[in-house]
Amino acid sequence: MIYEGKQKIWSDYQKEIPDDHYYYVRSCIRQTFFPASEGALLKITRGILGRDVFENEHHTTCGGIAYHTDTIPHETVMTIVARQFALMHKHGYENYVCSCITSFGIYIETLETWRNFPELEAKIAENLKKTCNLEFAKPKFVVHTSDLIYKLREEIASKAKYKLVNVKTGQPLKVVEHIGCHYSKMFPSKGVGGAEYPYVLAGMVEAWGGEIVDYPERRHCCGFGFRQYLIKANRGYSLSNTHKKFESMEPYEPDFIITNCPGCAYFMDRWQYVIAESQGKTYGENGRGIPVLTYEEVAGLVLGFNPWDLGLQTHQVYVEPLLDKLGIPYEPAKKFLGAKGQDLGCPALPTCLKV
Amino acid sequence: MGMLYDKLMQDYRLREGLNACINCGTCTAVCPAAEFYKYDPRRIVDIVQSGDEEKIEELLRSDVIWYCGECMSCLTRCPRKNAPGLVIMALRSLSIDLGYFIESEKGRQQYLLSRDICGNVLNYGYCVYPRHFDYKSHPEAGRVWEWEEQHMDEVYERLGANLEGGGPGALRKIPDEDLAQLKKIFDLTGATKRMETVKEAGRKKAEELGLTEEEFSAMLYEQSSPKHLNRK
Repeated sequence: MIYEGKQKIWSDYQKEIPDDHYYYVRSCIRQTFFPASEGALLKITRGILGRDVFENEHHTTCGGIAYHTDTIPHETVMTIVARQFALMHKHGYENYVCSCITSFGIYIETLETWRNFPELEAKIAENLKKTCNLEFAKPKFVVHTSDLIYKLREEIASKAKYKLVNVKTGQPLKVVEHIGCHYSKMFPSKGVGGAEYPYVLAGMVEAWGGEIVDYPERRHCCGFGFRQYLIKANRGYSLSNTHKKFESMEPYEPDFIITNCPGCAYFMDRWQYVIAESQGKTYGENGRGIPVLTYEEVAGLVLGFNPWDLGLQTHQVYVEPLLDKLGIPYEPAKKFLGAKGQDLGCPALPTCLKV
Repeated sequence: MGMLYDKLMQDYRLREGLNACINCGTCTAVCPAAEFYKYDPRRIVDIVQSGDEEKIEELLRSDVIWYCGECMSCLTRCPRKNAPGLVIMALRSLSIDLGYFIESEKGRQQYLLSRDICGNVLNYGYCVYPRHFDYKSHPEAGRVWEWEEQHMDEVYERLGANLEGGGPGALRKIPDEDLAQLKKIFDLTGATKRMETVKEAGRKKAEELGLTEEEFSAMLYEQSSPKHLNRK
């Protein structure tokens, strides 16, 4: 290996991530399946680390899933994006942070298209004026929320109550990191480490004491495929892609998986359940699955958040063995209680996947 | 060049996504869809680049253009910085605009996608909405989602969400004035027209097949011919 060459490649993919003052927009998928992760992001950045991350109720979907299922025209999604940016500008911000990887890809793609075709940018600005009467503006920086946590990873490490270390063996936990395709496959220079060496999650894991697992299908898509998952008749596509990844990572015996895309977290959790129930195959220890966590959940655990406040009870692959490895206490009896402590029963148990 | 090629070239995504393809096949080698379906993005880009109207029309009426998952892994690896995924998106848009999409089994699934996703966007301001993501249609969401669905309000409250509430937060109610702006955007930029095109083509197809809307929807959601699969 020519070390200088690697350094050159790496320097091309360093991304400037502002330290503070963001306009925050949510994710349709993350807020549906991992709403407590979005809550943790705000608690960590605002409450613990004192950053200004502003949100108001007027932003909407970016339209990304509608766009990538080809149900709305290109011009529609670009105008919705312009509206989101205009709201940021209206509230006095120039740094834009989004919770969704599909959205992140949409924002970057839109800005690049506008840069390449100024006449189109002018048309979208006109659309925005006609439909929303808002002033067109572009952000100075667009980052994903995983970029922001990456930026703050050492501060989080300095306040950590737990490390990503097996308390019984003293060894770093082995972690698979999965980067959502639209983070950097389309525009490598817009992601930390680019598409070839994405470091946004690996950097967090290393800062918090864990060890990254490399495996052959590390960069393979989780299989969402938009229409390929949303229509039941196509769902084999999605399942097959996740299956391929798990078969590839299995020999490395990872302790858990961390993802920066909410869709990927959902699919890699749920398809393990489907593979177990339909094929009897499991990938974790003792007939269990490999826990799949969002980076906010991992950051929250490291900082000592209650696992049930982080929403870990809504994962189909149960996380208790991982919590035991980390030495994190939890109360099993409170796992499925409501906010006021009311009894909500428990989910039915899978027939094959051990929980 | 011909009419279809010219229409494709009006799409900015095609102008950004196709720059003298050298037919190396790297896109096909890395493509998750090519492994699962009888799908070859190299061939699709080659056909579009050739400008052959007959072959382009055949593509627009076929299942083939609906196999891509739009992951864009092809763009990362293409030595010419082409984006077959963007070429596919331009082909799909044209297929819908011309009404050809309804002729293929995979293409006509747009009827459901348009109804459900655009419905969510216009009614709630989100592409995905938990009250319309039911365990019955999504058994793969697991027993834990079945439990969440049964106790949706309580679970979201426990998780700190603001389901259908006022002010900011996860799953909040998007104010009516913001939903009205989304509707205006849909009307001005062609999304409403596209929804109507897809809905009307679906209605006619259901009628042609002698199915009610419910039966047609169930067929689209559930049925897939094995002919699509790239079995090894």
